[in-house]
Amino acid sequence: MEYDVLIIGSGGAGLSCAIEAKRNGAKVLVLSKTTPTASQTCQAQGGINACLDEETDSIQNHINDTMKSSHKIGNSEAIKVLCTKAKDTILWLDNLAVPFSKDANGNIAQRKLGGTSNARACYSSDYTGLKILHTLYDTCIKENVDFIEDKMLLDLIVSNNTVLGAVVLDIKTTEVEQIFAKKVVLATGGYAGIYTNFNTNSLATTGDGLAVALRAGCRLKNMEYVQFHPTALKENSILISESARGEGGYLVTSDGERFIDELKPRDEVARAIYQQLQDNKEVFLDLRHLGIEKIMKLMPQEYNLALQYTGLKMDVDLIPIKPVAHYSMGGIKTDPRCHTNIKHLYAIGECAANGVHGANRLGGNSLLEIILFGRIAGQNASKDLDKIKIVEDENKTIQNDITYIDELFEYPNTINFYEKKELLGKILYENVGLFRNETDLQTASKQIAQWQKEYTQMGIGDKSRVYNTNLKEFIEFKNMLDISEVVILSAIERCESRGAHYRIEYTNEEEQFEKQSIVTKTNENLNLEFINAS
Amino acid sequence: MQVKICETSYNIETKVDNLLAVLGHIKQTQNNSLAFGSGCRSGICGSCAVVVNGVEKLACKTTIKDNDEVTPLKNLPVIKDLVVDNSKQHKLLKIANAQLQELSDEKISNADVDKIDKESNCILCNSCYSSCPVYEVNDKFLSPFALTRAYRYIEDKKEKDVKSIIDNIQDNGVFSCTLCGNCNMVCPAGIDIKGDIMKLQNKSVQFGHTNPNFATFDTGMDFGFNP
Repeated sequence: MEYDVLIIGSGGAGLSCAIEAKRNGAKVLVLSKTTPTASQTCQAQGGINACLDEETDSIQNHINDTMKSSHKIGNSEAIKVLCTKAKDTILWLDNLAVPFSKDANGNIAQRKLGGTSNARACYSSDYTGLKILHTLYDTCIKENVDFIEDKMLLDLIVSNNTVLGAVVLDIKTTEVEQIFAKKVVLATGGYAGIYTNFNTNSLATTGDGLAVALRAGCRLKNMEYVQFHPTALKENSILISESARGEGGYLVTSDGERFIDELKPRDEVARAIYQQLQDNKEVFLDLRHLGIEKIMKLMPQEYNLALQYTGLKMDVDLIPIKPVAHYSMGGIKTDPRCHTNIKHLYAIGECAANGVHGANRLGGNSLLEIILFGRIAGQNASKDLDKIKIVEDENKTIQNDITYIDELFEYPNTINFYEKKELLGKILYENVGLFRNETDLQTASKQIAQWQKEYTQMGIGDKSRVYNTNLKEFIEFKNMLDISEVVILSAIERCESRGAHYRIEYTNEEEQFEKQSIVTKTNENLNLEFINAS
Repeated sequence: MQVKICETSYNIETKVDNLLAVLGHIKQTQNNSLAFGSGCRSGICGSCAVVVNGVEKLACKTTIKDNDEVTPLKNLPVIKDLVVDNSKQHKLLKIANAQLQELSDEKISNADVDKIDKESNCILCNSCYSSCPVYEVNDKFLSPFALTRAYRYIEDKKEKDVKSIIDNIQDNGVFSCTLCGNCNMVCPAGIDIKGDIMKLQNKSVQFGHTNPNFATFDTGMDFGFNP
């Protein structure tokens, strides 16, 4: 198989990239591990930020809010692009027929989310991500973009620091295949899923693209930065959107006391809640004063989720919540044009770190990022294609992967990796969570190293070659371990507290760490350095 | 608790009664090869639709009880256990032209957005497809989800070229539906798919299309006299 632009991942970033590249005349293929409309983007609820009216808001305000939230380790150029092109991004989506909610004057309605100076988040009730994702998918169908589902990325084919394609596992048949392309775009999603059972992410969000990119020679940036969302349902970590607080919801303890300004940045609110929980208090989301009509109009999804998973009604009951891992600010380092350090390889969306979030992400900036930078990558990846020749003589990667998959079938399966996966989530949540310290981080690090060593003693019980999800999950677990190792190393080395990374021994921001952490891998060893932010 | 999944009975010793969690528990402790779809865990990604005691459900939103029986979605080829081949979905959406065809410059109000609010919440889970009896006689039927998505664009004031969508949902489309309402009963997004199809039928007539079932009825009357 040969393509101009191979996009791996089919969420909002991948699909926006596909639309632009296809409209530019490129032969585009979108590969995905799941069905495109099952991507993580469908879970985004709150909104997508843009300054639409310069009289009530300004692009500079949006830049200032984003810079402030980034705690000096964002990339000012990328942030400027993000905020300057935000309105254009909303209009592009609006023209694709995303059904944005409107205000009384028929203009796109906007709501205020935490950490922002203005009501800036455009929304479609509280199904913003779902409606955007499906509209993008419909547009891709209209544009005749090629899709292949049930393909899991195993490795990138790289020669002379240039990407030539990718090796993938066909989940349906367990065959290992190679796909060559002139340009490859990684849009594989984030890594908050490593916090098994303590995250709001899809079960498919296992950091595959990041683990593969690291092996291929990419640089992973600011990996210690994982955003914890303040309000997930206590019972099962299902997300209750920030819009619940944006519209006036309170956070209260078992004593009925409010203990924090609910609209402070997510890291501060999440830590305040975690501290209450550590003091053996329960924390609740209280929307009762909003009334049923307002709740059903503005957050029907939240209401239904709480009702279905807890049996509680938001208009009459307090909803028990806890903070859990939600979003990865760290990722594959790119420049504001989405280039990685490997030639012809791009990264976009949550797997990428182009510098727009820095140490913390503002609510409403992630949907904006995936659409805008998805489009930018699509435009860039479809340029100058006639100057590039497809190279198909590299077979080493696929041979290695075929051997590797065969070996996985032979592992003795004496240790149940599913049990270890659950323990991984617990140790990361407790030791690499909202409050971190050297001892806890080192303990987690040793445990990860132990599991990496024991991986060959684990294995799969399902030896069939037809739709083997046991195999898929075993490979995902390896990716999760590899990424956890990077997150912990980065967290150990950053001896300060900044944004979402909080060290109890070093509670202040330190000038010497006003930098990005960069991790690379050579011969199975990780190397970390801090470099200037922008 | 006893649960039957694809003909195999499992004895579950866990307090958990959420079906998706139970499937995960079985896979991790009893049968590593059990295959099922999963994703967001919150009813929005459409990956985990299955049939429970004969009725389509999202596993992540379903509480199960003793002796429940879980089977794969109907009308689609089974790949393994509860996983079905979903590749037809993309083709049906393409045939139906269920996308924005030509952008209009109409001003949109919130009332206009509300008209397509439910339809634009479709998660493409295939529950409607599985529940649809039309597939017993016509495997080319465009599907409830493709029709409701066509309706989503036809009713969207941003769509200027309504006709090209209407024209594309005639063959094996709007008039092939028996209006039984099964799809409405199982839709996890609460969409009135049957109502949408009825409105599409009326709209089709307005655009000059006829119900082929009636046409067959008319021409089928042969009185042996044809002046």
